[in-house]
Amino acid sequence: MIKRPTPERFRLRRTMMFMNAQKPGLIKDAYIYGCDSIMLDLEDAVAENQKDAARFSLYHALTTIDYGKTEVIVRINGLDTPHWQEDIRVCVAGGADGIRIAKCESAQDVKTVEAAVEAAEKEFGVEVGRTLLMAALESPKGVLNAYEICSASDRMFGVAISGGDFRKCMQTKFDPSGIDMLVARGQMLMAARAAGIQCFDTVFTDLDDNEGFEAEVRQNKAMGFDGKSLINPKQIRLVHEVFAPTEKEVLQAEAMVSAFREAAAQGIGVFTVNGKMVDVAFIPGAERTLKLAKACGMYEGDLV
Amino acid sequence: MQIEKNAMAGTLESSDAMVTVEPAETGIELEISSSVMNQYGRQIKATVLETLERLEVTSGKVTVVDKGALDCTLKARVECAVFRSCEKSAAGIPWGGVIK
Repeated sequence: MIKRPTPERFRLRRTMMFMNAQKPGLIKDAYIYGCDSIMLDLEDAVAENQKDAARFSLYHALTTIDYGKTEVIVRINGLDTPHWQEDIRVCVAGGADGIRIAKCESAQDVKTVEAAVEAAEKEFGVEVGRTLLMAALESPKGVLNAYEICSASDRMFGVAISGGDFRKCMQTKFDPSGIDMLVARGQMLMAARAAGIQCFDTVFTDLDDNEGFEAEVRQNKAMGFDGKSLINPKQIRLVHEVFAPTEKEVLQAEAMVSAFREAAAQGIGVFTVNGKMVDVAFIPGAERTLKLAKACGMYEGDLV
Repeated sequence: MQIEKNAMAGTLESSDAMVTVEPAETGIELEISSSVMNQYGRQIKATVLETLERLEVTSGKVTVVDKGALDCTLKARVECAVFRSCEKSAAGIPWGGVIK
């Protein structure tokens, strides 16, 4: 049985690719695409009368296939279905890194899932607290309650919006400018940052519209998202490119972090690097840039 | 477990297998067809029989139409078909117990 390493609550998650847990052809070699996380789906991609079969398939995939460094998250069925409890049991027993709560609308939803996860961890002898959680906001109510959802549990690593369901509730449709989702994205981002967790944008479903996809990913980055949900491996590369820092940003970040460490050792709080003022407030951002650069193969130093 | 009624799991898509189980009086009657029969027929048979043994299924007619499934997929399909035949596939599955 494959023993997956302890999940990291905060790690790089630029790309999170959905795949149907019921389709062996998809999940058997999902790690080769190089996305940061894969999202094995027990929810909408699986037909109502195949939920049971998808769990058997998921269990054996989780325990047999070595996904390496790719994070493995499972999207479970909504709390208004008869499926979610067994979904949680199989995720925990199989050693999934995290669970995505579909249609999350309140802190109580997170706590309900958390209680079931803890019970499953005890049932299957898994360390209590190992299984991470993230929430998908799919309704106006979920977005309005974003902060209480984001801060509901120490297991929460992130929050994502689901565009299809949200637009349906709002009686809007996709708009290339992003105006249809602007408020929801903004509110969710602020809630996630206030709670100190990560934030992911929805999927882009028109696989033939490359320009539209790129525009949306660039807007995601400008708004402050950590990453994006994807439906096809061909979308991965662009997201990684857009989310990568520029060479100039990497050099500046490196200079800032090393200068800061030197200055701090000498008791200096504020100083300049290449003409720009630097103090402690800039350092977490610079360190994040270096970590991202490392993941993108642009930085090989040892500052992070 | 005992196969109580006809049940099926899986699909005929590539990398999958369709497994059908039917009740029988005595013994296991296994029928396999596979797109990779020459290379993997013996291994498929061994995996299916091992899985049935683990589930303590001692009698039944089992039909496997394999489309190049990995062992882990074959196991999942056989287990699901057997649990469906007992109407026990929806909840309370012994993950890590007989399912492993």
